[in-house]
Amino acid sequence: MTTLTPKNKTAALLCGIAFLNLSLFALAGEMKNDDSTTSKQNRIEIKDFAFNPQTITVKSGEKVTWINRDEEPHTIVSVGKQFKKSTALDTDQEFTITVGAPGTYDYFCSVHPKMTGTIVVEK
Amino acid sequence: MSDYISHDHEHDGIDRRGFLHCMAWAGTGLLWTVSGGVLASKTLAQIAKAAEPLPATDLSFLQISDSHIGFSKEANKDVTETFKIALDRINAMPTPPAFLIHTGDITQLSKPEEFDTFDQVLKSCRTKDVFYVPGEHDVLNDGGKLYRDRYLKNVEGKGSGWYSFNKNGVHFIGLVNVLDLQAGGLGQLGDEQLEWLEADVKDLGTSTPIVVFAHIPLWAVYPQWGWGTSDSERALGYLKRFGSVTVLNGHIHQVLQKVEGNVTFHSAMSTAFPQPAPGTAANPGPLKVPAEKLRSMLGLTSVQYKQGKSALAVVDSNLS
Repeated sequence: MTTLTPKNKTAALLCGIAFLNLSLFALAGEMKNDDSTTSKQNRIEIKDFAFNPQTITVKSGEKVTWINRDEEPHTIVSVGKQFKKSTALDTDQEFTITVGAPGTYDYFCSVHPKMTGTIVVEK
Repeated sequence: MSDYISHDHEHDGIDRRGFLHCMAWAGTGLLWTVSGGVLASKTLAQIAKAAEPLPATDLSFLQISDSHIGFSKEANKDVTETFKIALDRINAMPTPPAFLIHTGDITQLSKPEEFDTFDQVLKSCRTKDVFYVPGEHDVLNDGGKLYRDRYLKNVEGKGSGWYSFNKNGVHFIGLVNVLDLQAGGLGQLGDEQLEWLEADVKDLGTSTPIVVFAHIPLWAVYPQWGWGTSDSERALGYLKRFGSVTVLNGHIHQVLQKVEGNVTFHSAMSTAFPQPAPGTAANPGPLKVPAEKLRSMLGLTSVQYKQGKSALAVVDSNLS
């Protein structure tokens, strides 16, 4: 049986705040930009003028990182401005966002608009 | 040895024979004459063999394109040097062009220092008047503000930077088709620019020669690679009644030509690196070729107009 010591209470409180923040974030239906590259699991490689994988399914609150492996610059631009666009990524440059509310988010490269991709965010 | 200079009247390191020889290297180079709707052409090799001078013209100008200053990958590690070589070729022309047209992708990444390098190198060019349209590489992060601040000083730029001007009776139109592109789409002019274009040419006589220049081709070169402009048909509709329309584009880094009625479409080589021919590779992008072959795939385009004739001569020459 675990009792809530003052220390544990603080942790629980912080947890609660974090959860609340996440919920508000999800309700706002936005995505947050984050240059941190600590989370590597959801990676989209840009190679040969294509996003790989073209569709990625992630959980709300997770990070998604693109890395450009082409010699051409590419950008990540959300259709309908659902999240802030990247600047032009040169070879080997990365761009990371933290995804928000569940839903389907289409994006494309504004330099080569034939390049399109989709992020499916699950709860 | 045919490469020796036998006559160098201008003391510029190039003689007439050498110049024609150099131009003849452009395998796809043709002299175009359009008369009464009938297209005739001579290869540059034929012109060189006949040793006839190009006909005297009232206006000659030069198109350069896709200098991509800042690019330093395998396809060309020194694009500044090849740009300099292109300018040297212009400086060596027996008849200097009246002005230059740069059809976009001045830089690789729209960086201020890349624009600075371009401007610095361009100072060596004897021809000082340059008219620009942007490529998508020039407007990457700021919607083209930096580009417009630098390159529209001598024209009355409208909207995102389109404009027109007249020279020697020829009406020139610089269009912007690299901004606000839509997911899955092609180059785009947009309603505002198209409305401006319609009004711009409304009062011109049909015998006025028209030269249109824009970065992405205004005809469907290869839509699978985004090599086309979604609303170019509407633009060309406004130009249909004119007897001579010449459309000059860049973007695809190779010479391609098409004639449709009175409209001649022409795309220029890059001064930086070649790209694959449409559909010959999995995707577009910088094409690495053997070092000794690179300069034969880079180049510039000379255009000549003779007043009173519905003829524009479009001649490509490479940097070999």
